[in-house]
Amino acid sequence: MVDSVFLWRRLVGAQIRSQLQYRTSFVLDAFSAFLISFIDFLAVLVIFHNTKQLGVWSIREVAFVYAMSSISFALTDLLVGHFDQFPQKVRDGNFDILLVRPRGTLFQLIGSDFQLRRLGKALQGTLVLLYAVGSLTIPWDAGRIAILVVMVPTAIVIFGSVWTIGSCLSFWTTDGGEFTNAFTYGGNFLAQYPIDIFSSWLRRFLAYIVPLAFVCYFPSLYILDKPDPLELPRLLEFSSPVVALLTACVAGLTWRFAVRHYRSAGG
Amino acid sequence: MKDISFHVERGELLGYLGPNGAGKSTTIKMLTGILVPSSGHVSVAGLDPSKRRIELAKRIGAMFGQRVQLWWDLPLIDSFELLRHIYKVPADRYRTSLARFRDVLDLDPFLHTPVRQLSLGQRIRGELTASMLHEPELLFLDEPTIGLDVVAKQRVRDFLIEINRDRGVTVLLTTHDLGDIERLCRRLLVIDHGALIWDGEIDDLKERYGAERLLIVDLEEAVPPLQIKGARVEKVDGPRQWLRFRGPAAELTARVAASARLVDLQITEPDIEEIVRRIYSGAR
Repeated sequence: MVDSVFLWRRLVGAQIRSQLQYRTSFVLDAFSAFLISFIDFLAVLVIFHNTKQLGVWSIREVAFVYAMSSISFALTDLLVGHFDQFPQKVRDGNFDILLVRPRGTLFQLIGSDFQLRRLGKALQGTLVLLYAVGSLTIPWDAGRIAILVVMVPTAIVIFGSVWTIGSCLSFWTTDGGEFTNAFTYGGNFLAQYPIDIFSSWLRRFLAYIVPLAFVCYFPSLYILDKPDPLELPRLLEFSSPVVALLTACVAGLTWRFAVRHYRSAGG
Repeated sequence: MKDISFHVERGELLGYLGPNGAGKSTTIKMLTGILVPSSGHVSVAGLDPSKRRIELAKRIGAMFGQRVQLWWDLPLIDSFELLRHIYKVPADRYRTSLARFRDVLDLDPFLHTPVRQLSLGQRIRGELTASMLHEPELLFLDEPTIGLDVVAKQRVRDFLIEINRDRGVTVLLTTHDLGDIERLCRRLLVIDHGALIWDGEIDDLKERYGAERLLIVDLEEAVPPLQIKGARVEKVDGPRQWLRFRGPAAELTARVAASARLVDLQITEPDIEEIVRRIYSGAR
């Protein structure tokens, strides 16, 4: 495990070095990534400008949920965003290369790319977070800080697992990309808002099937000291890390099962 | 693929030949654990490839002529460094191996060039090194010389002979290039339509499929086609005649010399390309 972390750092480090070699190109890429997400941010401002309340949530509270989800998603995108190209790798048979190396295929896939410029996207969420935290009066204590610190890695694991499970589809369909995007990018969109504003079937889906409610909604309830408008058990507010681990296990098993259905390509 | 069964001894350099779509790559993929056979039994270095993929991967090397295992945007040397860590090769062993490959494959001129800027020949030399850095006992090559020019091909062949002879690496290679087969392999497997149609030494193959040898004689003057027992004239061009024959050449040459005034002669061995063409067409 520790060894894998070191290897991942090496794999990623080599790629970062090569990306930084073309400094101008890198700066432009990073800036455009930031710009694109900044336009998203403007869209959010428009919503915030026109309403003061979203259900029981004040606009500042929504901003907090939005920011945490947005940062986590940007970091997930940094780590596994290249899964988007995975269907291509399966289709042209280049997944073969990973199978003849003595390491887990999922691990190798994660380490196979790392676009540092995507960090630009996290900047937008950070700005919103600063605004939210600055304007809300959150009674910070050890418990809240702990939940806040755990929130991002937990969210990354949940997003990443959803992404992984989506990628498994590539082993059966030649182009599962769009379907997968519905869960990844679509999932990010859903996780950015408090789930009680959605209709009940979608809420259940988000809480129990694709566990995106655990990305931000439940932990935010605790940090913001809000009663759950859905009146679900309070225990859920602390269970995100456990849910993340379970999701990761499901993703790992799905991946393992899917790889056995790999059919390669070429004669 | 149906009813394919073969056994390879340690230290062999085995050629695997067949037309497009015959099942060559599929075989290699089953042997390296990429594909799981729907039925039958595969054992490589005593391991079931699809069940013990990772364990097997440490002991085998694989190179697919049409796939890139090097990191496209990184300098060649970085790929080697990363592979060293992926395979957990000890630093001193890595240095010695790499030094030898740099020498044999002449890697130094482009060791620090990003892979995407390498010529095909240079990249293949890099790929070969990449698949051998962890000192595997068994090397699988799928079309290693495809698209290479004559000089680059020769370099790859020399390299394969070196690792097979000096380091006892067992090599299994698929190819369309009969030159590869003829210069490298003693034993040859031929596959067509998913079935194994030949497994044996190349010399036996030549004898069995009986391609005849060719005797070209230059006579003092143009004469009608020679009537020689055990040979038939295939072509006449002035004083030069082409004779197809089987068996020992000495007797035949003596007979030719007895019936015409002989100036010069040459014998060509059966062309493996011709033989393979016959096998393919015979099998259909």
